[in-house]
Amino acid sequence: MSEATAAAHEDHHEMSFWAKYIFSTDHKMIAKQYLFTGLAMALVGGFFAYCFRMQLAFPGMDVPLYGIVSAGEYNALVTNHGTIMIFWVAMPVLIAAFGNFLIPLMLGCDDMVFPRVNRLSFQLFFLSTIVLLAAFFVPGGAFGGAWTAYPPLSAKAEYSLTPIGSSMWLVAVALEFVAFLLGGINFITTTMNARAQGMKAFDIPVVVWMIVMASIIFMLSVGPLVAGAIMLLFDQLLGTGFYDPGRGGDPVLWQHMFWFFGHPEVYVVLLPALGITLEVMSVFARKKPFGLRIIIYSAMGVGVLSFVVWAHHQFISGIDPRMANIFTITTLLISVPVAEMIFLFMATLYRGSITLSTPMLWALAFVAEFMIGGVTGIYLGDNASDIYFHDSYFVLAHFHYTFFPISIIAVFAGLTFWYPKMFGKMMNETLGKIHFWGTVIPFNLIFIPLFVLGIGGQHRRIFNYQHFTDLSSASFQDLRVFATIAMLVLLGFQFVFIYNYLVSMKKGPAAGKNPWRSNTLEWTTESPPPHGNFGGVFPTVYRGPYEYSVPDRESDYWPQDLPD
Amino acid sequence: MIESLIPALSSYARQIDFLITEVTVIVGVWLVAAEALFFYFIFKYRAREGHRADYITGDEPRMRKWLIGPVLVVFVCDIFLIVGALKTWSHIKIELPPPAVVIKVIGQQWAWTFIHPGADGRLDTADDIVTVDELHVEVDKVYHFQLESRDVVHSFSVPVFRLKQDAIPGRTITGWFKAIGTGSYDIQCAEICGLGHGVMAARIVIGSAEQHAAWIDASSAGNTLTAMYE
Repeated sequence: MSEATAAAHEDHHEMSFWAKYIFSTDHKMIAKQYLFTGLAMALVGGFFAYCFRMQLAFPGMDVPLYGIVSAGEYNALVTNHGTIMIFWVAMPVLIAAFGNFLIPLMLGCDDMVFPRVNRLSFQLFFLSTIVLLAAFFVPGGAFGGAWTAYPPLSAKAEYSLTPIGSSMWLVAVALEFVAFLLGGINFITTTMNARAQGMKAFDIPVVVWMIVMASIIFMLSVGPLVAGAIMLLFDQLLGTGFYDPGRGGDPVLWQHMFWFFGHPEVYVVLLPALGITLEVMSVFARKKPFGLRIIIYSAMGVGVLSFVVWAHHQFISGIDPRMANIFTITTLLISVPVAEMIFLFMATLYRGSITLSTPMLWALAFVAEFMIGGVTGIYLGDNASDIYFHDSYFVLAHFHYTFFPISIIAVFAGLTFWYPKMFGKMMNETLGKIHFWGTVIPFNLIFIPLFVLGIGGQHRRIFNYQHFTDLSSASFQDLRVFATIAMLVLLGFQFVFIYNYLVSMKKGPAAGKNPWRSNTLEWTTESPPPHGNFGGVFPTVYRGPYEYSVPDRESDYWPQDLPD
Repeated sequence: MIESLIPALSSYARQIDFLITEVTVIVGVWLVAAEALFFYFIFKYRAREGHRADYITGDEPRMRKWLIGPVLVVFVCDIFLIVGALKTWSHIKIELPPPAVVIKVIGQQWAWTFIHPGADGRLDTADDIVTVDELHVEVDKVYHFQLESRDVVHSFSVPVFRLKQDAIPGRTITGWFKAIGTGSYDIQCAEICGLGHGVMAARIVIGSAEQHAAWIDASSAGNTLTAMYE
């Protein structure tokens, strides 16, 4: 970067509200736009969960703040809860918000290489959000055919009874994918081209590695789904028959295209969560990650394998049963690199010096809870036991034990860890810990009963179990009520976080440049970083990002930009 | 483990339950060991005044066994699990034993239609018995079911049999079961199929040979539903 542009960055202080907050091309502002949109959508998704869980616990109840949940509304609520939590919370927060905020700062550059593409990415994402939510207010209501949108249910209005909602859902999802493709291009290109002087591949912090790998996996997997979505849109609006068996189409084709994307998508959100967790663990254990290169190679292995496991979602969908055996083998083998990463995360603690700050509690909880999600996946990757568990509450509990750690626990680890850098203030530790325990304990109390219900044979997406003789027993209903109460407790504790997050921006003690005594480059600049990030003097990198507790040094950390 | 919550009433239900128990033992040992070690580390290596972390990167030769060893054991466990899965799956979904009785199961928004053979024991004859939301089968006989859908994707699930198969419009998918106990249990639709998915419940009635024969006799008299599907 030339001195002239550096000076230009310095002069940016006098910008209008619109230029600064709405049409900004600054990666930090775009990160905040993604973050706050994502967190707002988390509240929407949480509210939906509240509505349908109240209906399940107290069927026919007039739910406070909502009203009576009809069968059609129930379907729309579960469908959009899933869609929102994955596409409008996990993706924008884990990839777009953390990616945008951290990548230029951790690489030591002033912005993404394509700032306007970055702005377009958020604008499309925001538009997709409006389209998704607007579907609740059109005749027929929002789409209710599950977040997987299997045709023919999703293809024909006469089946779904949501003529406009189905198409709006598809358009919103397709727009959202375009937004993330644009963002991903920036992440990959910036990491390849805009690193600080001296920063070699393994000097790149692991969270950046993970976000870039996730972006690559996303790019490679999303193509078939976008094509499939356009075909489905044509089936809905133009009367084509891509998925209509009556006219030579095949409904299972969609399932392949959906899951060819859908399974890699799990790793698209998992990898950044692992990256955030490892950054936090490394800082608060004062340890270099154990076997750092192996962790990155394992993540690559997971990425590659994730493309050949998709049909484990379709064992009983009518695919050739011999194919199910092949996908069982690939699926169980993916446990090898995932287990390797988790082992190395654990080994990172070995002979460390662990401080249980709020971010560290979240990071450790991620590992502890994600392990449960990981091992329960074995039952479902195993095609024979999946015959019984498929589409049951066991599946639901399993993937909440993966997605909740990913999109809630790891997100809180990241939010609390980088809060001082983002806002220049410290959050309150006591409130942070209250919020932590008030979230993690009820989380387990929600989903352990749902495992039991799944083992008892309860299927998903049924708005009232009183219609099923065997499932309407009092003991099963007690479990549903228990899970719902735990969810209410969990939701209640989120207000502690919102209060802490907002009030600390004004009243928190000043953070200084590097409150956690961390090594990576974002901690070498002001908190919050100025426009242009490093005040025109860009850092040079002399070592890897995790040189903690190096023997014979007085200080137990060794920033990347410090000359020897 | 599962039978305490729901009976196992098909010839392969116990095999699936056994497999699930096997998975539980293997992953349970791993999970408990890993969580225990994890919490032990958190406790043991908590920060103490005047004590620094050791500088360990994992690249030291003495550490190398920890990079490879544990995952090798995971890999061996995987092989063991895969063998069990493939054997059971092939028995249930690939190698269909010859049928004593063939029935048709048809899903549509939002009901199940069952076509049973009448007294002649053959399907597609005049004495077929057609029922809605109630399937009658005889214990200890191998049944083949031909599964179809008239509109969207449904899924034919009989939890007491540990049986589940999606019904795909445009296809006929054949599966099998053999009941090993009698009684009346839920059939659920396991794939979301629209507004009435939550009420797409049916019952399976498993009778002894005498009970089933009596049901066929009683049903053959006034079978009005057949006409609907001619």
